[in-house]
Amino acid sequence: MEPLQSSDGCCTKPAASQAVIEKKGQWGKGGILTLLSLGLWLVVYNHLEPFSSYLTYTLFAVKKGSQFGDAVQFFLYDTPKVMMLLTLIVFVIGILRSFFTQERTRQYLAGKRESAGNVMAAMLGIVTPFCSCSAVPLFLGFVQAGVPLGVTFSFLIAAPMVNEIALVLLYGLLGWKVAALYLVTGLLIAIVAGWVIGRLQLESWIEDWVQELRAGEALVLERKLTWPDRIDQGREAVRDIVGKVWVYVVAGIAVGAFIHGYVPEAFMASIMGKDAWWSVPAAVVVGIPMYSNAAGIVPVVEALLGKGAALGTVLAFMMSVIALSLPEIIILRKVLKPKLIAVFIVVVGSGIVFTGYLFNIII
Amino acid sequence: MEIKVCGPGCASCEKTQKIVEAAVAAKGVEAAVVKVKDFQEIAQLGIFSTPAVVVDGQVKCVGRVPKQNEVEEWIR
Repeated sequence: MEPLQSSDGCCTKPAASQAVIEKKGQWGKGGILTLLSLGLWLVVYNHLEPFSSYLTYTLFAVKKGSQFGDAVQFFLYDTPKVMMLLTLIVFVIGILRSFFTQERTRQYLAGKRESAGNVMAAMLGIVTPFCSCSAVPLFLGFVQAGVPLGVTFSFLIAAPMVNEIALVLLYGLLGWKVAALYLVTGLLIAIVAGWVIGRLQLESWIEDWVQELRAGEALVLERKLTWPDRIDQGREAVRDIVGKVWVYVVAGIAVGAFIHGYVPEAFMASIMGKDAWWSVPAAVVVGIPMYSNAAGIVPVVEALLGKGAALGTVLAFMMSVIALSLPEIIILRKVLKPKLIAVFIVVVGSGIVFTGYLFNIII
Repeated sequence: MEIKVCGPGCASCEKTQKIVEAAVAAKGVEAAVVKVKDFQEIAQLGIFSTPAVVVDGQVKCVGRVPKQNEVEEWIR
């Protein structure tokens, strides 16, 4: 499995070196622009709160302390704040991801055994570019490269569950403690659930045609990337992801603003508070078939917490929404027999329920 | 010339398809652009991340959306 250099296959040599020279020229300009934007970002970000108050209470003359005023100010403050955080994060992650590819991750995991493999797979699941529609080819590639089934599942669970966007938004809106709890428990669930699935020896519950792929060899195309290329990928990620998820974010914040302004505190505490023992499993059952972007769910989480919902219950809800979704389950059905899908849902679901209870007890 | 665009039909795959078609039109080459959606067929080409582009049986890129000028180089 020698990596092919794509310069052999794609560009002729003179064209390639010309491109490099051109890019070197842009590097200085691009670098300064990036730094300038970062400075501007910081200044604007630090003035969002007074500005949103000014807009709401002075310019729009909404009465301070009214339900409507609370909702409007929440919306006007959170929307630019979340969008700005999101843009910055997506840019940085876009650059980071240019160092990781599914091919490299697969080659790396192919030599790993269980346990250590589960841990590595869960961590790589966070940084390797992944979307639910690439889950099946990725699964096939892992099986074919001889990555153990349990290790593969650790990756498949961690990739959507520990979402970098959710992580940084949690940090920005709720502080580093909640973000750290989310990161650590998300990883733990992926590691343990993958390990359990591995122990159960369910290889025969993979669809038969997948088993036959085990022979043969995977193709690897490596590209050499320069720093301008990587920054370019960061920019593209911003255009791509922010362009797609902003609707979810605004909708999420609108729901959050409504909860923030109108839903009475005692109401949320009674349904999603610590005392309601059934609320954790209920949140997970409701959350599993739901599919929302991580960026959209975090503002809702913030508002729910503010109204007295218990942290464990809310985190369990969030995790089940982003980690397990109907579209992904349907697409995985092509490679997994129904029994294995059921095991997957039950193991991950129980992990999330357990985490929910744990937080409600310790916090 | 035969160009295969491999992918289950998500947003990136659709984008790849459009880029390939635009490249073919820009270069004025005669090429059949075929969509390959079946996972089994894709896997048998040795491709395990999508989208991927195959030109006359040779895999040109996997796991990313190519740029139009890249595709134009491949089909010259």
